Amino acid sequence: MTEQSSVGRFGRGPGLFGPRPRSSLREEGARGALIAFASTVIFIGVAVWLVLTSETWPAVQRQFFNWSNFKEAWPVVATGFWLDIKMFLVAEVLILVIALAVAMIRALRGPAFFPLRVLAITFIDLIRGVPIILLILLLGFGVPALQLPGVPRRELFWGLTALVISYSAYTAEVYRAGIESVRESQRMSARSLGLTQVQTLRYVLVPQAIRNVIPALLNGFVSLQKDVALVFVLGVREGVRSAQIYTASTFNYTSYVVAAVLFLLVSVPVARFTDWYTDRDRRRMQAVGG
Amino acid sequence: MSVPKLELRNVQKAFENKVVLHDVDLAVEHHDVVCLIGASGSGKSTLLKCVNLLYPIDNGQIFIDEDEITAPGVNPNQVRQRMGIVFQAFNLFPHMSVLDNITLSPRKVHGVDRATADARARELLAKFGLDDKVDEYPDRLSGGQQQRVAIIRSLAIDPELILLDEVTSALDPELIAEVLNVIRDLKADGMTMVIATHEMGFARDVADRVCFLDAGVILEHGPPDRIFRDPQEARTQQFLQRIIEAGRL
Ligand SMILES: Nc1ncnc2c1ncn2[C@@H]1O[C@H](COP(=O)(O)OP(=O)(O)O)[C@@H](O)[C@H]1O
Ligand SMILES: [Mg+2]
Repeated sequence: MTEQSSVGRFGRGPGLFGPRPRSSLREEGARGALIAFASTVIFIGVAVWLVLTSETWPAVQRQFFNWSNFKEAWPVVATGFWLDIKMFLVAEVLILVIALAVAMIRALRGPAFFPLRVLAITFIDLIRGVPIILLILLLGFGVPALQLPGVPRRELFWGLTALVISYSAYTAEVYRAGIESVRESQRMSARSLGLTQVQTLRYVLVPQAIRNVIPALLNGFVSLQKDVALVFVLGVREGVRSAQIYTASTFNYTSYVVAAVLFLLVSVPVARFTDWYTDRDRRRMQAVGG
Repeated sequence: MSVPKLELRNVQKAFENKVVLHDVDLAVEHHDVVCLIGASGSGKSTLLKCVNLLYPIDNGQIFIDEDEITAPGVNPNQVRQRMGIVFQAFNLFPHMSVLDNITLSPRKVHGVDRATADARARELLAKFGLDDKVDEYPDRLSGGQQQRVAIIRSLAIDPELILLDEVTSALDPELIAEVLNVIRDLKADGMTMVIATHEMGFARDVADRVCFLDAGVILEHGPPDRIFRDPQEARTQQFLQRIIEAGRL
């Protein structure tokens, strides 16, 4: 790539998206995959055999993997889990927007914006310094207890607010890293064209920053998708809470396994997608010579 | 004599404790091309960025026509709309097409509507032989094409003067000429320009005046013939000697 310079990773056109060259590497890869598959099957087979033949297995199975309990608990836990999903979707949208606003405020330069910058940094430091569960308890029990007129009393609302605040602080830092990773000459070029700081962020820096931090944002998705369950401490009947209620009445822990399965069904695909996306992105950057 | 297009009076600039520009005085007449030459680190880029108000100066004054652009209360965004600046590399926004790169400032800063801005951009691209690149993204262009687009982008705001900071020094040798030719065209159109460059042959050819910068001081300036043939200062002689030895003059 001598003709093409390395300005961007925003490839367009067939050159970057075309099929990768076939080679003997491919065939070696196929043989490797076969070996990997065989060794995995053997490894898992041995592990499963060891577990199933151990003396404690029947007790474990009764407590955690009881099929009739599984069938009974599934609809209850799944209903609760659906609330987890809804909470995740609502919170994620809010987090992506709020965090971007905080990061943009933090990225403003010059003495005029000093107070705003201090505010953003204080928010980030304070929120990141407190355990998320503490924030949930504080807002989820604390605010409704104030019985303020016109202020929502539902634990769910405040639990979700705590999650949004906490994740916004972390995600703002992700965005900030992205903004700082954009070359200084991009900022200077934009400013020299007469764009204001906010226009520079909006049209030039943030679009490039987001492109750079998508893998990190996706990791945040995986983590939030699990952390929404923390609002169970407020008594919100989401997946984990539903499983706990079932366990309390049956003295059987299979319902927790049901909840775990449900969470895995969502988080594993997202995690795989994140890896796939990150890999693809890296390959593409190498293709452009960035 | 009329007021110069651009004038620097006693301009001083320091980074932390390091003084990078010492009392620089410089006047650029209307339609003149001034080339800044000097070793790397002598302050050429800093001087140009100070003129564009990308760096605040510590002392002195800068004027465009009779307007002091370094006066307190002056809006830097408005000053920047009067001049273009192009850097060594990475000028273009990689996530925007050539057309969007060129029309961004006219549309968002100058309030020109999309159709008018597009038409003007296409006209400029055609003038400089890049009309087939309108919808390309920067990473599909050669380095020389990228720099030409960057210069065209700075023209799209109808600047009163243009600052060029070593716009060819990141390019492969075979791509340099096409960019220098664009600059020659601009000179033919009467554009006022300040050009930091290592291309001595080009400076000699295109400059009305050459300034030799040494450690933040304009040590010597004059018409190119005199500076290149008969430099007065020992430092200028040494600098040009090194350039000749490197085969670049
Ligand atoms: N942003 C900056 N912060 C600190 N020092 C700088 C900065 N920009 C330039 N300098 C210093 O100022 C001096 C002049 O640099 P520059 O103007 O880039 O020189 P030139 O363009 O002639 O090579 C150098 O010593 C350089 O290290
Ligand atoms: Mg320089």
